[in-house]
Amino acid sequence: MNAQAKSLVQIRDLYKRFSISGDFLDQLKFRGGKLVREQQHVHAINGVNLDVQRGEALCVVGESGCGKSTIARTVMGLLKPSAGSISYGGERIDHLSDRQILPYRRKMQMIFQNPYASLNPRMTIAQTLEEPVRFHNPKASATEVRDKVHEVMQSVGIDPSWGKRFSHEFSGGQRQRISIARALAVDPEFIVADEPISALDVSIQAQVLNLMMDAQESRNLTYLFITHDLSVVEHFGTRVAVMYLGSLCELAPTKALFATPRHPYSQALLSAIPRLEDGRPAHIRLQGEVSTPVNLPSGCVFHGRCPHANERCSREIPTLIATSEGGQVACHAVQEGRF
Amino acid sequence: MALLEVNNLEVRFGLRSGEVTALRDINFSLERGERLGVVGESGAGKSVLGFSILNLLSKPGYIAGGEILFEGQNLAAMSPKQLRSIRGNRISMIFQDPMMTLNPVLTIGQQMVECLLAHRRISRTDARRIAVQKLKQVQIPSPETRIDQYPHELSGGMRQRIVIAIGLLMDPDIIIADEPTTALDVTIQAEIMDLMLDLCERNSVALMLITHDLGIVSQMTRQAMVMYAGRIIEQGPTKEIINDAQHPYTQGLMNALPQMALPGQRLNQIRGSMPPLQNIPTGCAFNPRCDYVMDACRHELPGFTRSGGCRVACHMVAQMKLEEEAAARALEVN
Ligand SMILES: Nc1ncnc2c1ncn2[C@@H]1O[C@H](COP(=O)(O)OP(=O)(O)OP(=O)(O)O)[C@@H](O)[C@H]1O
Ligand SMILES: Nc1ncnc2c1ncn2[C@@H]1O[C@H](COP(=O)(O)OP(=O)(O)OP(=O)(O)O)[C@@H](O)[C@H]1O
Ligand code: SF4
Ligand code: SF4
Ligand SMILES: [Mg+2]
Ligand SMILES: [Mg+2]
Repeated sequence: MNAQAKSLVQIRDLYKRFSISGDFLDQLKFRGGKLVREQQHVHAINGVNLDVQRGEALCVVGESGCGKSTIARTVMGLLKPSAGSISYGGERIDHLSDRQILPYRRKMQMIFQNPYASLNPRMTIAQTLEEPVRFHNPKASATEVRDKVHEVMQSVGIDPSWGKRFSHEFSGGQRQRISIARALAVDPEFIVADEPISALDVSIQAQVLNLMMDAQESRNLTYLFITHDLSVVEHFGTRVAVMYLGSLCELAPTKALFATPRHPYSQALLSAIPRLEDGRPAHIRLQGEVSTPVNLPSGCVFHGRCPHANERCSREIPTLIATSEGGQVACHAVQEGRF
Repeated sequence: MALLEVNNLEVRFGLRSGEVTALRDINFSLERGERLGVVGESGAGKSVLGFSILNLLSKPGYIAGGEILFEGQNLAAMSPKQLRSIRGNRISMIFQDPMMTLNPVLTIGQQMVECLLAHRRISRTDARRIAVQKLKQVQIPSPETRIDQYPHELSGGMRQRIVIAIGLLMDPDIIIADEPTTALDVTIQAEIMDLMLDLCERNSVALMLITHDLGIVSQMTRQAMVMYAGRIIEQGPTKEIINDAQHPYTQGLMNALPQMALPGQRLNQIRGSMPPLQNIPTGCAFNPRCDYVMDACRHELPGFTRSGGCRVACHMVAQMKLEEEAAARALEVN
């Protein structure tokens, strides 16, 4: 297979800024006796290039606020990029009209973190599941819709007798299974899951992860999986993308990343996982303050906390280079071979 | 005498739909400088336990029985005034959400100074000096300027460090930390855990750490107790519990971790979920989910059995111990 056919989703030079200055009048400020217009932005995504390959589970990890959800929502078309493009199956989808994007809406489904908020409390479980099936198959008969819903309910371990009940009658794990069933009901190819198990207990997390892995196998799904739980990534991910302040630091096959993380931030991140072995945590201590995406640092976004930073790092943005482990890393020190 | 000793604690909620028992048969003690982990899944009663030690339960919760002895004095029977002199002073509490501790309209310094002045006879200048020193201890960079900032001007990690600094302000004997890092990233979490370990060790502060993260418990504590549906079901040295759990629920929790399965393989899930308080099964509360369930489990509350350094509330473990002992006796006779 050539590279084009292998990749299902392509993110190219993606930028996303949010304005946080309020409306026009709020932006007017007195500076040195003059009235000037000042706008402040959150630079949530800053030039990300990333491909999701068919059949893989690509995990995105990184600190809170580094832009994981923004990537997910931009890929899903819920946010418009400030610059750059998103393609699906070779077609650009980021500038399509609501009508043009409809066929993609079925192929791409999203599962959210909060199983409490993402289900409509006024709909029964059956209604919740039937709605998307009808929407995407307007010609389907009532029996066909019901059969489809039964099939997905069974595949996620929901008893069809639950159909008449409302979501508030279910536990977090059960609700998350209902959300997954709703995503699967329209036979998607690609699922974006934004922290789908973070709100759940350990024993329930296992149920939901198993379900997602089963569905991947039986339905040949591709996942973009966002999480901050690295042990889940190690278990579930085909490849891992590590992000910091809206930039991609490192992209690598899961095994390679956990065995030999190359980027200084990946190393700090992996060393900070609380392990079951006892004794003092031997994590890499990061010095310095965490920068904000409002005042983005110059050069490498990580240089304020990086133990290997030098003068070039504070000046020049590192670009991704290929590693011998089959991944990519954006770091001057790695590129210069001094680390 | 133990620094803190909890005997037969029982906590109830008087709900409109009837009384429910949130905690029962809670027994443990905490020595000076000891570090105790409290683990269990959401709804097990971990936070209720943390709150009840300082009698901070909000309505309709109340302590229905048992005693909480701090240096021999029963906190459960103290007047609100007596309790205030202990709360924050001898025993302090750190919550998951820093904004539960921090007042958004006061600067960090104002809050710390007020807190010091409420408990100590010192001047405002001295109070500020102590506050700056505590901020330094938790590695807040440039504490002299940070002290005059408002909570919203600080990052989440910094806010949580400030809450810890406030928790340490009075040099307490016990810190109860309820999921102190759950809202933070792993790199910041690791820093804060390091810091708390250091501070506890250096000042022999006893730590009661409430969390659902078994990795954190294993790194931070020496003793642990596992809770399920309002009861302690296994307690003992952390090492033994992590490496050789006896209770089927603890085993289930350990086995469900992704680390316990090969990458890409199915995880070992526990079926079902924790029952709500209104609906706790009779006998062993875990019985509908347990692979080893026996007849007795369905109608008889299991008592504690000693196993190694641990105490385990499980009929199966009790029976195994009996059989082991019988076998040992048989060997002796022959
Ligand atoms: N609608 C918005 N308006 C303004 N800023 C926003 C908006 N959405 C996100 N941001 C900001 O963009 C940055 C990236 O946010 P994002 O939600 O993508 O982070 P994340 O990596 O998903 O974090 P978390 O792990 O906490 O979910 C953050 O600084 C966030 O505050
Ligand atoms: N004010 C209250 N009124 C009624 N029930 C309550 C109240 N506070 C707590 N509970 C119940 O007590 C039980 C124990 O709650 P608690 O908050 O201690 O759980 P936890 O172990 O801390 O869980 P988590 O990991 O989610 O924080 C739960 O079933 C909860 O619903
Ligand atoms: S580019 Fe420089 S600052 Fe950035 S991670 Fe590499 S060494 Fe550190
Ligand atoms: S008492 Fe019975 S049901 Fe409960 S954990 Fe032990 S074997 Fe299982
Ligand atoms: Mg997010
Ligand atoms: Mg709690």
